[in-house]
This record gives sequence, C-alpha cells and structure tokens, in this order.
Amino acid sequence: MDRLVFLLGTGLARGAVLALFALALVLIWRGARVINFAQGAMAVVSTYVAFEVTSLTGSYWLGLLAALVSGALLGFAVERGVMRFASPRSPLSGVILAIGLVMVLQSTLGIVFGPDYRPVRVPFDDSAVLVGGVPLLSPYDLFVLVTAVVVMVVLAVLFRWTSLGLQMRAAAFAPEVSRLLGVRVSRTVTIGWVLSSVVGSLAALLLVPTSLGLNPHATDSLFVLGFTVAVVGGLDSPVGALVGGVVVGVAMSLVTGYLGAGLVPLAVLALLVLVLLLRPAGLFAAAAARHA
Amino acid sequence: MNRRQRLPGQRPLVRTLALAAGWTAVALLGTFALDPFRNYQLALVAAYLCATAGLTVLVGATGQLSLGHAALMAVGGYGYALTSNALPFEGAARFVVALLAGAAASAVVGLLLGLAAARLSGPYLAGLTLAVVVALPAVASTWSTVLHGDQGVQTDFEGVPDALRRIIALEQWQAMVAVVVAAVVVTGLALLRGGRFGLRMQAVRDDEVAARLSGIPAGRVKVLAFAASSVAAGLGGAVLCFVAQAVSPGAYTLGFSLLLVVAVVIGGLGSILGAALGSAVIVLLPWLIGRLTAGLPTDAAQRLDGNLAVLVFGLLLITVMALAPQGLHGALASRRRRRPPDTPRQIDEPAPQKVLVPTEEQR
Repeated sequence: MDRLVFLLGTGLARGAVLALFALALVLIWRGARVINFAQGAMAVVSTYVAFEVTSLTGSYWLGLLAALVSGALLGFAVERGVMRFASPRSPLSGVILAIGLVMVLQSTLGIVFGPDYRPVRVPFDDSAVLVGGVPLLSPYDLFVLVTAVVVMVVLAVLFRWTSLGLQMRAAAFAPEVSRLLGVRVSRTVTIGWVLSSVVGSLAALLLVPTSLGLNPHATDSLFVLGFTVAVVGGLDSPVGALVGGVVVGVAMSLVTGYLGAGLVPLAVLALLVLVLLLRPAGLFAAAAARHA
Repeated sequence: MNRRQRLPGQRPLVRTLALAAGWTAVALLGTFALDPFRNYQLALVAAYLCATAGLTVLVGATGQLSLGHAALMAVGGYGYALTSNALPFEGAARFVVALLAGAAASAVVGLLLGLAAARLSGPYLAGLTLAVVVALPAVASTWSTVLHGDQGVQTDFEGVPDALRRIIALEQWQAMVAVVVAAVVVTGLALLRGGRFGLRMQAVRDDEVAARLSGIPAGRVKVLAFAASSVAAGLGGAVLCFVAQAVSPGAYTLGFSLLLVVAVVIGGLGSILGAALGSAVIVLLPWLIGRLTAGLPTDAAQRLDGNLAVLVFGLLLITVMALAPQGLHGALASRRRRRPPDTPRQIDEPAPQKVLVPTEEQR
C-alpha cells in the first residue's frame, strides 16, 4: 500500500512534467498545425545551456533562467529560420524539417559536449518526505508539481483573459479572417513557437535530474512520452494534455514500480496504439477538430 | 495493342521486367569490377535500397510517413536469423526459406501497424512509428530468451556455393545476393505502384472521400500499402542480417531510422531511383567523413565520429526539404527535360546498379 501511494505520488510529479511537454506540443499544433518533432532536441539544448550556466555561476536559478531565455530564442530562431520553409500543402514537410533539426541539434551537442551522461544536480532533497509514515513525494517532486501548475495557470490566463491570447486563438482558428481583422498572424505564430519552446525547455529541465543524466539524446523518450500524452489527450486540447499527462505519468510510474523500468517503452507503445485505434482524435478532442 | 492510358511514370509490364533484368545483370557484372570493401558497401546499399524503396513508395504514393522503418528492418532481420538458426538444412534452401520468413514476419508487423496507420494522418503515424523504434530495445530485452536482448541473434555463415568458390570472393557473393534481392523488391514495388493498386493508392492520397465514393476501400488500400512497404523493409533487414551474420537492436536505432528518411528525402520523395541514390549517399557519406576525420587527435575524432555525418545529413535534409523538395530525382528530371526530345528516354526505375554511378563519383 505504501508502495502504491509512493508510486502514485511520483507518477503525479512525472505526469506534471509530461503534461508540460505535451502542452508545448499542443501549443504549436494549435497555432501552426505542425507536430514539432524537434521539441525534444530543442529542449535538450536549453538544458545544456542551463547546465553550463549553473556550473559557471554555481546558481541553479540562474541556470533555470538561462534555459528559459535560450528556449525562447531557440523557438524564435527555429520558427523564423526553418519552419517558415515548410510547405503549407504537405503536412509531411514540417515533420521532415523538424527531423532535420533534431539531427542538427543533437549532433552539434554531441560534437561540443561529447556523448557522456552528465549528472544534473538540483538544490532540493530528492528523498521522499514521510506523510503520516508513508513516503509520498520528495521536495523536488513537489517543486516540479508546483512549477507545472503555475505554468499551466499562467498559460490559461494568457489564453483566456489577455488580448494577445485572444489574438493567438483567433489566428490559429481562422488565420485568414484574423488577418482581415488586423491580427498579425505571422507574429502570433512566432509567439506561439517561442512560448512552446520555453515550456518544452522547462519540462526537460525539470525531468532530466530525475533520469539518467544529461546527454544529447536525453529527451528522446520524453518526446515519445509527451507525444503519447498529447495524443491521449487530443492534440487540440490543453486540458487533455493535462489529464493525459497525469494518466500517462501515473501509468508509467506503476509499470516501472510493479513490472520494471524496461517495460515502459512497450507500455507507451501499447497505450499509443490502443488510443489511436479506439479514439484517433484523443479522449478530449472536440468533435469538430477531428479532421486535422 | 492495348493502349491503356497511363499516368506519368507508369510503363508497360514487359518493359519494367526487361529493365529490371537488364540493370540487375549490369549490377551483377559490376561486382566483378569492385574490390571486397566496395562490394561490401554495395551490399549495404542494396539492403538499404530495399527499405528506402519501400519507404519512398509509401510516402510518395500514400502520403504516409513512417519513422519506424528501421524497426521493420529489424523485424525482417530477426525473422531471418531465428528461422535460419532453426532450420535443419543448409545452403541456398535455408537462405531462401529464412528470407521468406523474414518477409512474413515484417508483413505481420506491418499489417498490425498498418491497421493503426490506416486511421491516422501523417504526423500521427510518424509519431506512432517513432514510438515503435524507441521501443525496439525494450522488445529485445523483454523477450530475451528468444531475441537475446542487446546482444542480438547471431546466424550461421552462408558461404559462397562450392561451384563458384574459385571465381567469387565472399564479399562479392554477398553483394550479388543483396543486389538480386533488392532487384526483386524494387521490381515488385515498381509493378505494385504502376498497376491498379498504385492508382488506388494515389486516389486515396489525393482525396480520400472521392476515392471512397468511387468504390475504393481506402482503409484497406492504406493498410496494404503499409504492409507492402514493411515487407520491403523486412527483406532489406534480412539481407543486412545475411551480410552481417547478426541482428541486434543496437543496429536499428532511431538514428538509423531517420537516416532512411534522409535517403528518401534527398533522393526525392516518391522516386525509386532517388531512393537508390539516397541509399548510396547514406552509405558513402559517413564512410567518407570517417576517412576525413581519421587524421584528427583521438578525442576530437571520437566526438566527430558519427556526429559529423548526422550533422551533415540534418543540414542536407533541411536544405533539400526547404529549397528543392523534389530532391536528386527532381534535379535529374529537370535536366532530362531540357534535352532534345528525340534522344532515348533515360531509364529511371529498378536500378540497384545505379548506385554504382555515385560510387565512382564520390571517390
């Protein structure tokens, strides 16, 4: 029973990270109708920036800040420099460009930093706190959860109650009409990429300390998990990403705890196939959005 | 003579077969001109060509992108290796039966994936197949009693037949076998695409609703297209296993899968000739870069090893996709169009030996 509670707690924290990462995918999908296959590679670049800044200055928080800034710059550069060239007629061209980007970013990191796994330290205790005699969450897990919730609330406020959010929703929903009404669609798309890249970077930064360590390929499995979450929740639905993240995070935590960590990729695959076969548009997608 | 209307790129059955036989003969003779290492590279190109040709037909004719063809190659390789080890007899019969078993295994997996693929549009399928490649090592270690985890499965050595042993070296024999298998695969794909089924695939790709209204079972067409592509990849994996005498998950990583996509894109999506050129590029470029960096100090060479080639491929992929989506095939085709009309038409289909052309140039 204790074990179950502990696994649920860890799964919740892990799920929050996955939800953040999936949210980054959803942001771009809603804004530009592209699945950003380079999300993981972009996020790992930011994580390396954070790692370097932290080891130079000794401050985790400066590293975190640097990662967010570099995430924003990277999102801007990728959208303006690469993704602009995607053909609007072929959904595959964006995917292929993103794959090219993955190869460029990961190999550059490999050349600059080498293939070793670098341990990433955080200024938090990672042993679980006992709540009523039951080990529940580590302080770091708590930090991850709180951060994820704060980011989601900020994004929700941004999209619901600000003019920029309204413009972004309008531009994603009906670009032509928005253009006629004076929304600078090209700019809102770029802002969407910047936001998404920042959120993705944050997710990777929060996840890497709990995994093997930092490596150019450290986010490959995060991407697969994040994609699964986004598909489970429906690529159009931020709420879906949140719920999907928690569901997948808890499920993976239970699989790791009871069946072994080696089975996680298989469990992800099984879940993905099941959801895609039964509800291809995801569990939370609106009916009208199914023809993407 | 029956003058059925043909789409661009379609040609009569007899001509396709004649072309295939002719070019295969040229390629087989060509193996005599190559040294053992070149023949080994040729065998790799031929094995990759099976997979890339399958992938390019899938992308070009149905608009579905698979990032998981490396996993399908691995399925073919495992099917080949396990069957080959289990068979009581030896020689050509064992090779053929094991090859067919590899094809059957990849067909089953391809059908299963295709069932999911049929309901998905491009990016979803790409994500699903990505998950398949990432899960491959987990599959190998979960069923490690059969698949032997990370170490993979070793197979017995298939040597040169006794009758030919005096004139043909092992590498040349492997290259010849690979060329023959690739020729069969490519011809099969060309016939599939050029025939009735090809028209159906294109109809479904261009407008699925219209295709359904015309009585085309769109779902079934997509599933079969994916399965056919999967069989091609599986045969490629089986050939690779025949050449390397082993199959392991480490050889079929996500990186390799993306490399197959690179080959297909720089060759030109949908073009089998392009797939052949692309396969040659993904074999030769890493080797070339490896030779260039060989003189560097150990630390630098270690970091550049592999990474530099991937960097170049990534840049190539982005450049080609952004600036020349038709790839190498498009470049060749536009040059051909400028030629006077009375010169004989270039042949652009089933040509594993075409890869010899860049081999010479790249040297």
